[in-house]
Amino acid sequence: MTTPAMSGPAMEPLLFALVGNPNCGKTTIFNALTGLRQKVANYPGVTVEKKIGECFSQHGALMRIIDLPGAYSLNARSPDEAVLRDVLLGRRADTPRPDRVICIADASNLERNLYLVTQVLELGLPAILVLNMVDVAEAKQWRVDVARLSELLGIPVIPMQATTGKGVIELKIAMSKADLPAPQWHSAPLPTEIKAALQNARDALASTGALHEKASLLEPIYLLSDHDPSHTGIGGEHFIHIRERRRNLEERFPGWEDRFVSDRYGAIEQLCAEVLRRPHTPQETRTDRLDRFLLHPVWGFAMLVVVLGLLFYLIFRVAEGPMGFIEGVFNTLGERVQDKMPPGDLRDLIVQGVIAGVSGVVVFLPQILILFFFIGLMEDTGYMSRIAFIMDWLMSKVGLNGKSFLPMLSSYACAVPGVMATRTIDNPKDRLITILVAPLSSCSARLPVYGLLIAAMLPDETAGPLTKAGLMLGMYALGTGGAFFFAWLFNKGVMRGVSSPMILEMPDYKMPALKSILLHMLERANVFLKRAGTVILGISILIWAASTYPKDHDLTQKAAQITSRIDALRAVNTDAGATELKTAKARLAEVNSGLLAHSAAGRAGHLIEPVIKPLGYDWKIGIGLISSFAAREVFVNTMSVVYSVESDDENIQPLRQRLRDETHPDGRPVYTPLVCLSLMVFYVFAMQCVSTIAIVRRETGGWKWPLFQLAYMTATAWVSSLLVYQAGRALGY
Amino acid sequence: MTAPTKLSELPAGCSAVIATVMSGRSSLTRLRELGLVPGTHVRVVRRAPLGEPIEICVRGSMLAMRNQDAAHIGIVEVAP
Repeated sequence: MTTPAMSGPAMEPLLFALVGNPNCGKTTIFNALTGLRQKVANYPGVTVEKKIGECFSQHGALMRIIDLPGAYSLNARSPDEAVLRDVLLGRRADTPRPDRVICIADASNLERNLYLVTQVLELGLPAILVLNMVDVAEAKQWRVDVARLSELLGIPVIPMQATTGKGVIELKIAMSKADLPAPQWHSAPLPTEIKAALQNARDALASTGALHEKASLLEPIYLLSDHDPSHTGIGGEHFIHIRERRRNLEERFPGWEDRFVSDRYGAIEQLCAEVLRRPHTPQETRTDRLDRFLLHPVWGFAMLVVVLGLLFYLIFRVAEGPMGFIEGVFNTLGERVQDKMPPGDLRDLIVQGVIAGVSGVVVFLPQILILFFFIGLMEDTGYMSRIAFIMDWLMSKVGLNGKSFLPMLSSYACAVPGVMATRTIDNPKDRLITILVAPLSSCSARLPVYGLLIAAMLPDETAGPLTKAGLMLGMYALGTGGAFFFAWLFNKGVMRGVSSPMILEMPDYKMPALKSILLHMLERANVFLKRAGTVILGISILIWAASTYPKDHDLTQKAAQITSRIDALRAVNTDAGATELKTAKARLAEVNSGLLAHSAAGRAGHLIEPVIKPLGYDWKIGIGLISSFAAREVFVNTMSVVYSVESDDENIQPLRQRLRDETHPDGRPVYTPLVCLSLMVFYVFAMQCVSTIAIVRRETGGWKWPLFQLAYMTATAWVSSLLVYQAGRALGY
Repeated sequence: MTAPTKLSELPAGCSAVIATVMSGRSSLTRLRELGLVPGTHVRVVRRAPLGEPIEICVRGSMLAMRNQDAAHIGIVEVAP
């Protein structure tokens, strides 16, 4: 067997770059080529994901493929596009310059897609053009002369239907060729005087180190047209020089950038005149017929409600089963270990720290998998754009756009998948604001807390279920209002950056590619477990340790004695023993309560009492606040331990009664309706969730934003609860 | 009634030719790069149920944009 020259054993495998517009089916093609042989990382310094995969050529040689972010132009307008530009120009130290480029164009939007394609071809790397979605183009009665297009561009052109896998083999064959031609395409030549100015700019920038010496003329064009200094690849000191040069160029040739765009489209129009046949009068397509219904002022909304209702049903109800199952498995595992191991600190660490912590991470998977399956389906079919189209007006009122709607809505189930879903928002500023306000949506973990406090606040005799439901609804409304308010606020003042026009592509409807959706689901789950799961586990163990240590020696011994007595009583199981068992359990609960009060968390409760006293809370509630920092629903269990009652999420009756009976040393009740309300308001706003902090750190690429979020949410919670409590007191409640 | 002169004023179902795209604003460069350059045919397909954004057809592709951005695009040769 002869080995092609390019892939000898001593050579590095060829690196292909996948390049294309958003929504051109790039990821589906990447998945079809690489399958499970791919991994996700981050480009250092930015929150853009770096996806690299492998596949084998027809000759069995290893080929590497990098899936570059979707973009409309090399003239970068977002961190995603800056990464694409910098990788293709070889400006990123962390990523080698690709050897070859696979350009992907959506055949049903060919003219617009050719804008980026022609820009990339001009860079001179050997290339292949994939015409994806030929089926959609055919449905619009568009005919592309593939042979002529290939001839004019000077590169292989491969028609493809990635959703069914048609054309993938042909692409692999083209990729396996030993020599791939360099493209022949050249857009309109640069006007002489601008060319001279650019040459000048290049030399000047090269002398400052912003460009390397051999840079082509295209590199200064794309750097000079990048107006955003936050894009990496352009260091701060270089940016000053670039801005200087740009001002220079702008003064001499006003509107030079605009002229390039017009010239390029002029050239593309000529190309399309030769290779693309379109019907004179646009034909009514399946998409037109569907949109008449799905974007109808009445039916469109009705359909949206149905779709979102289904989403809620899936992430609230359907996810419940697997979540319960996961918790059950870990509970059983914990009990097994409890039985097998001798009592002691190590056993407690493993059972209450590690196993419970891992369980707390894995339990998110059902919701994440379901949400991302749903999102994949919506994006792949094209309905996601319609949701954004319908909701954009509403979201624009607080400075966001329609794409923020679904992540915020998902956060009512859980902010963790909600924050992960913000990846669909391409405007970085809108994405960050959505992440910052998403945890204000009242998630399902707040339900047990609201439930307990409403029950403690409103006795059944005086308040009907309607009043309680109304109060619950009020909490949801408060959170939603808060989310909108802060989105508006952040958009107004805190976040800088140029506002770019909202542009939404409205792709044709098509059948979803299930394989690709499933791969995406797995990838998200994997990213969550690896990047967020470890942080969640770590902090959970810390919080467990804080509520366990330091131990009071006498109390620990007492607890051990009572526990063995309880075991003994259980073993004999007599009527006489039953009474003693009951008292023993009550005593154990008291001892545990004492142990908690003695622990670091218990002392911290005392420590923060001066801060929370103005909100109407005592140090015992303080313990609840501190321990529920891991997750809000922990509040219920912690309060059961604090008040030494046997109670949990499912059965809050004993705890509710205990809360009503709880008094201050002077006899006043602790849980007055006003305190309950103040506490609920606290939970509406406070960032009491380690998992959300961990996922925000992962999605924003550092600790800065999660800490900011923690600070602003906790401050809001404190101030709001203070207002509620003090206003209530002033009014005489 | 005077003919509309901006893309934001073009009623749904009507088409026109782009005459000007306000220059000197880098944020409008993206609209140009999506094919909205002077001389291009454009048709307003529909408005969103709440009045905004508008969906337009340009170079055979469908895009949605808000009124405030469409107001920067001047049009001529309006046809129903």
